[in-house]
Amino acid sequence: MSETVNIIVDGIEAEVPKGLTVVDAAKMVAVDIPVFCHHPKLEPVGMCRMCLVDIGMPMFDRETREPVMDDDGNQQINWGRGMQTGCTVRVADGMHVRTTTDHVIEARNTVIEFLLTSHPLDCPICDKGGECPLQNLTMEHGLGDTAFPFEDKMHNDKHVPLGDLIALDRERCIQCARCVRFQDEVVDDPVLGFHNRGRKLEIITYSDPGFDSYWSGNTTDICPVGALTTNDFRFGARPWELKPVASISPHGPEGENITMSTRQEAKSGGRVVIKRIMPRQNEQVNEIWISDRTRFGHHFADADDRLMTPMVRKDGVLQESSWEEALSLVATKLKDAGANAAGLTGDRMSNEDLFAFQSLMRKTVGTNNIDLANARIGGAEVTAKVGVGTGTNLGEMGAGDAIIVFASDLHEEAPIWWLRVKQAAQRGTKVFTFNLRETRLDTHTTETVLYKPGDALDTARALLNGVKMADSAGDGGIAAVAKAITEAENIIAFYGYEGLTADETGSLSRILGNMLLVNGNVGRVNNGLIAVWPHNNTQGAYDMGINPAFGPGYKEIAVVGKSASDIYTEGSEALYIMGSDPIGDGIMSGRDKIGFLVVQDLFLNATAELADVVLPAQSWAERDGTFTNGERRVQRYYPAIAPMGKSKADWQIIGMLEEKMGGGKPKFAASLVFKKAIAAGVPQYKLMDYRSLAQVEKQYPDVGGEDLYYGGTSYDNKHGLGQQWATAAESGEVEAFDIPEVKTSKVSGIATVRTAALYTNGSLLQHSELLETRMAQPRIMINEDDANGISTGDEVQVRANGETMMLTAYVNGVAPQGVALLNGVPHIAGVIDAEIIKG
Amino acid sequence: MAHVIFRHRDVENIKELDVYVANGGYEGLKKALSMTPEEVVNEIKAAGIRGRGGAGFPAGIKWSFMPKGDGQKYIVINNDESETGTFKDREILEENPHQVIEGALIAAYAVGADMVYCYWRGEYMDAAYAAEKAIKDAYAGGYLGKDILGSGFDCDYHNHFGAGAYICGEETALLNSLMGNLGQPWSKPPFPAQAGAYHKPTVVNNVETLANVPPVMVNGADWYANLGTDQSNGVKIVCMSGHVARPGNYEVEMGKVTYRELIYGDEYCQGMRDGKGFKALLPSGGSGPVVLPDALDGNVSFEGLNAYGSMMGSASVIVMDEDTDMVWAALKMTHFFKHESCGKCTPCREGTFWLEKTLHRIMEGHGTEDDINTLDRVAHSMQGKCLCALGEFAVSPVIGTLKHFREEYVSKVRQLEAVPAD
Repeated sequence: MSETVNIIVDGIEAEVPKGLTVVDAAKMVAVDIPVFCHHPKLEPVGMCRMCLVDIGMPMFDRETREPVMDDDGNQQINWGRGMQTGCTVRVADGMHVRTTTDHVIEARNTVIEFLLTSHPLDCPICDKGGECPLQNLTMEHGLGDTAFPFEDKMHNDKHVPLGDLIALDRERCIQCARCVRFQDEVVDDPVLGFHNRGRKLEIITYSDPGFDSYWSGNTTDICPVGALTTNDFRFGARPWELKPVASISPHGPEGENITMSTRQEAKSGGRVVIKRIMPRQNEQVNEIWISDRTRFGHHFADADDRLMTPMVRKDGVLQESSWEEALSLVATKLKDAGANAAGLTGDRMSNEDLFAFQSLMRKTVGTNNIDLANARIGGAEVTAKVGVGTGTNLGEMGAGDAIIVFASDLHEEAPIWWLRVKQAAQRGTKVFTFNLRETRLDTHTTETVLYKPGDALDTARALLNGVKMADSAGDGGIAAVAKAITEAENIIAFYGYEGLTADETGSLSRILGNMLLVNGNVGRVNNGLIAVWPHNNTQGAYDMGINPAFGPGYKEIAVVGKSASDIYTEGSEALYIMGSDPIGDGIMSGRDKIGFLVVQDLFLNATAELADVVLPAQSWAERDGTFTNGERRVQRYYPAIAPMGKSKADWQIIGMLEEKMGGGKPKFAASLVFKKAIAAGVPQYKLMDYRSLAQVEKQYPDVGGEDLYYGGTSYDNKHGLGQQWATAAESGEVEAFDIPEVKTSKVSGIATVRTAALYTNGSLLQHSELLETRMAQPRIMINEDDANGISTGDEVQVRANGETMMLTAYVNGVAPQGVALLNGVPHIAGVIDAEIIKG
Repeated sequence: MAHVIFRHRDVENIKELDVYVANGGYEGLKKALSMTPEEVVNEIKAAGIRGRGGAGFPAGIKWSFMPKGDGQKYIVINNDESETGTFKDREILEENPHQVIEGALIAAYAVGADMVYCYWRGEYMDAAYAAEKAIKDAYAGGYLGKDILGSGFDCDYHNHFGAGAYICGEETALLNSLMGNLGQPWSKPPFPAQAGAYHKPTVVNNVETLANVPPVMVNGADWYANLGTDQSNGVKIVCMSGHVARPGNYEVEMGKVTYRELIYGDEYCQGMRDGKGFKALLPSGGSGPVVLPDALDGNVSFEGLNAYGSMMGSASVIVMDEDTDMVWAALKMTHFFKHESCGKCTPCREGTFWLEKTLHRIMEGHGTEDDINTLDRVAHSMQGKCLCALGEFAVSPVIGTLKHFREEYVSKVRQLEAVPAD
């Protein structure tokens, strides 16, 4: 804890951190000063007046500076002229606070009465009822009666859509401005505001579409009444009917901690269903925020089109079968293929699934032909050595530190990281972006370096050289940027894959790794490299050894297996695909070269439609497991709903296969897979088990718990903060990386690059109807110099690699000269040479 | 005595730059530029100019709160003049604008600002356009812009229009509005001298306050301090309105004129309108406590009404004759405050709403004794809990009239109770 001051709250002496507000300081000694507008994550405004308390300072004689004593020899306290708002006053040494005097109590009574006289009191039908700070504080501080006649109440609109996702009940709103301030201060999407004044003050949205923000759902968490509700949950259930289940977001590499609220309900046929998703506090990961993708992107879990039963192709048609029949067939075929078999996985499954998969393929089937089906980004073996140090917390990056973001649009790819980097910038961290176009982060950067398509690696090398030669660096250009970076105490570097092939990102990671090694910005807290992985468990997939060249724990393998691209071109005698759709993604042309194809997935995707056997897997919501986020934090999630149909967890399916192929009995639980297999087989995970991953500690600011006034959220983290594994640099020297020459994607004409979008219409998000209108639409953005007669709104053909896409053109100043940006289309690696034709 | 502020009443066309200069205009600025900024601040401190916007905070002390050294600083002229019954700043800026510009320039020089914003009440659009001429002339004459009068001092001046909100006379709400935000006050600290316009140190002074500055520079602090009383130096513009024969602005030396003289004096209002009897007056518009005939012997100064439980404020005197229905008057003023409440803090937003509702019911003859008690309770429960002065003062009409004219309320609710229930 930093500098502290001593204060006295209701007679309790306490030592509290300097700079805290009186409200937050009092909370540390278990004195609850009620609030509505105050939130420890927002700047104080002091507008609801609920926190009025007496605040006094010891008196000193103006002339002599001697303490002024009373008759009993105690120093007198100057209580000022009136009550002050505890949320705006910062603690000072010697400060006295009284929260229980008659006039303080009277002030609370008054404010509650005022708020209630304009409130509809429709608690019996309100979504917030039962977890509502206004309800709670009314129970504690309300008078229970009022002189104001009910019929004089002002009535306002109760169903105001603030866009597709969030609804506003103007009558319930108590004008605390938490939502407005959250959008302005925290996420920098100032799309909400107040309109009118006085009793007519009302929340409006300025944006088109309404409430256009990736963070809108968070406002419903911090709303202290039921004024803001998500259209996902609105009128969906009463809070006390809900069972909270701790989980981890199945989207994005940040590993957002979430709580799933579930309910068993008649209207869902007696099933337990997910009613809503809310943040769970983890100050190291997502604080108390989640993106709307995580909040609304859960509907795939209980979608109607989930695979419910195993299927086996008979007479050319996939037909429902028993597990026994399907697994026996798969076991036989895989065993027969042996070393000629191959296994490909996605990067969304749990560590348990991924470890079991590679173990089955390597040990039981006997092949190293294992890879990610659609690896977009390389360098996992680099981050394993020079990744961010254990204990790294982006929330601690401040003045004197530097953050580099290379080839990534964090706002779209990893919004939580975008948020935390942005906040670090606001705290004084120097942020440097290196991209081929401008991104949302650039308004907060110290320097934005734009490179030409194909020049990413050269730019990174120039940066590395600049850092090496910082002392003799000249002014301007990358050298100056490099010099500024070397002045930083701590450096974190993010790298992504926009406009780069997986090979290029591999080299990029090595160059950036070498840059961090120059001044020892590795192996310690708040220093190191982070890959902006495309999915929630890409990190875990690499850790578990889903790679033809290395096994669990990045242990190199003597006989390197075939990579995914080898398998697509050369084929395989038997191919086992878990949680991926290479045919749908357009990277596998068909199954002609595949002898036997088995697909294990949630849905009957394009690859599964061509498979010989289809195995129904469980989504993350139906089982437990662990994901490892991009900061290498291993985090546990828990089962929330019952399995759909006959689906099974991937690790269970694999265990049953293994048994059929002569391996041991399947494990009983995911925890045992972790303990017996992963902790034993992956050195980095050696010290972890489900119990250690579930450990929690007190977090600040204190925003959850039993308090009356921050309620209405599921911030409390009772189920684990996770554990980071240590990089090689933390236990010893790391040598500089070799940088293999790779083919850089350069083109002669307009360089066409696919950019990521948060809402991509893939197999998961397409089940969230709410997000339908926000989904990235297939479009191409062209610089006006390159437009060649094309203007915004035109339909254009984009021809590349023998395929043609029809896209809507935007000539809107987003694409730099010589670059065309594709949005809302499936992943395309690197820079492509496309022909862009009008009509 | 010649006018100090309302010089246009002595010198025709002083609003024109050449006439202003020919009559000693911008001499105060020249004098100031020949002194160090600290000396200017000390001169204003010594003169004891108190803020004319109503609160009476000494201008020199306010200036001395500004941080020393370089860095962007601003002077903001508060011309939001919105208090009920106030219309003095408009006349000053319409008829004697250069004196305000000069005062603002002296302030800017004293605190190290190079930018003056004049925040105009939205409804004063026409007057503001007229004032643009004075600014243009001052630029052309070398009194604004770069290297003013060859001194090396740079200062720009901009007019800014509000959208017509009472609350924007509150300095932090004014600054929010100036910055393009919603016109709502912020909870101080930070004070404008720490973080004001665009989060830079800022002095916000009333128009009349700044108009007092040039004469002080020309004639010296002693001259000014000798005008008025010990606690209230200089002269004050009084805005007389209501049921008087000759309403209007009058410049008086502080402490030398009683409210009785203002109403009945030949130089001033020349008596009540239609010879009616006097009932009560509001010495500082709607936001000051109402006073009774005994207070007519109080004089116009910051301390002159202390004995009568009221205050001079911005000296917007609203006179009410014997026919005035005090419940109606309270409703009228409460309606104003309810309409102008920004809605930021709970007690003001909700309290003004309910005060008006309840007064309305009483006025319409539907009130009960309980409603009178409700008024009393609401008004008192707003006090000491609001974020800014608007809410704190918004209860004045109700508290004042209940204190002195409760029987008028009672008679209104009795009428109702006399009607037999069906």
